[in-house]
Amino acid sequence: MAFTREQIAERAAREIPSGCVVNLGIGLPTLVASYLRDDQEVWLHSENGLLGTGPFPYEGEEDPQIINAGKQTVTILPGGSCFDSALSFSMIRGGHIDVAFLGAMQVSMTGDLANWSIPGGKTMGIGGAMDLSSGCRQVIALTTHQSKKGEPKLVSECTFPLTAKGVVSRVITDLAVLDVAQDGFRLVELGPKVTQAELEAATGAPILAPKV
Amino acid sequence: MNVGRHANKVKDSVAAALEGVADGATIAVGGFGLCGNPEALIRGVVECGAKNLHIVSNNAGNMGKGLAQWLKAGIVGRVTCSYVGNNEDLQRMMKSGEVAVTLVPQGTLVERLRAAGAGIAGFYTPTGVGTVVAEGKEVKEFHGKEYLLEEALPVDFALLRARRADSFGNLRFWRTAQNYMPIMATAAETAIAEVEELVPLGGIDPDDVHLPGIFVHRMAVVAEHEDPFEYKTSRKRD
Repeated sequence: MAFTREQIAERAAREIPSGCVVNLGIGLPTLVASYLRDDQEVWLHSENGLLGTGPFPYEGEEDPQIINAGKQTVTILPGGSCFDSALSFSMIRGGHIDVAFLGAMQVSMTGDLANWSIPGGKTMGIGGAMDLSSGCRQVIALTTHQSKKGEPKLVSECTFPLTAKGVVSRVITDLAVLDVAQDGFRLVELGPKVTQAELEAATGAPILAPKV
Repeated sequence: MNVGRHANKVKDSVAAALEGVADGATIAVGGFGLCGNPEALIRGVVECGAKNLHIVSNNAGNMGKGLAQWLKAGIVGRVTCSYVGNNEDLQRMMKSGEVAVTLVPQGTLVERLRAAGAGIAGFYTPTGVGTVVAEGKEVKEFHGKEYLLEEALPVDFALLRARRADSFGNLRFWRTAQNYMPIMATAAETAIAEVEELVPLGGIDPDDVHLPGIFVHRMAVVAEHEDPFEYKTSRKRD
């Protein structure tokens, strides 16, 4: 037992204070949108040039020119706005986005993030990942705790090409919620029925005891 | 009488609007994925016979559509883009070395274009510090934080698509199809737009102009656009 993908997304949604602008990366982070409460007053930013991203359109109402950064058709909420890519990345690099939830291939205990390229693997490209991770006020990584090969993704030092250095503050995985603490990952919350020993065995860096 | 760059912008055909696009040209093409691509101009470039082109674009097409048509036609020598993704044509040609690909962070790509259009030679950005993107570039510290020097990216041509235009080239875009369009126009020696609707001067309120006509040099009216979905996602009614 552990957190499911949906539970990771639900747990992530609870991290967001009300009245924030949030960017959701492609993949697992996209699921967070489904768990935002109406009273949370969260504005979703899509880096292709949309603030106030809404849910998927009803069948038959899709517009190929209204998309999110994952190129999926979406809707625009009342109060939303469209703009060019330069202004969109001013929002990102200029520190106007409060929280970014990003996927990860590796996160180091010092907050380094690797999420765009695996050596020897298919090169997908950089997209907005480097700008988002170095520009947003808070970066939270959402990921499975281990790779499909069973290798730890939370490590002392990243071995994959970096996306940005020292930017991740918190990691939410299927096994636990952990904070980046420089000399290890500090446990915040264990997933359902996950033991400390299981967590330690699945992590490539020291696990520090929760703050009391 | 000499004629300036801002007369007679509306051309009779896509081919006429693309006059002068030649071998080795650097061409910025607006669009994000397949969203908002100037499909008629993209096809027109294949037909005009120019080769060894340098594409500047976020994606360079996907699913055989958009700029993937240039890749399939073998008329591309170089691509400067931010994301390759599942673009099979580009993945294949990147691997074989047929096409040289430079990956640029998305925000840096658009800012390099913006700088070119604004007469700025370069800028310092935090994006890419400590990564492969910083290799060979100057890194400088400002107020205790590191930034790297990125240079402006001027282009010969920009290909755009707009929802509405007047005869001076004032443009309006639709929703997220705006993306790179106005910035690429500013970076181009010659900016060419395919427009869905042409209205008389005054038909666009001055406060509603997205891109002033000074940045647009040629237009072709293309009323019916191919408008492909990349990922058509929807929800059912309750």
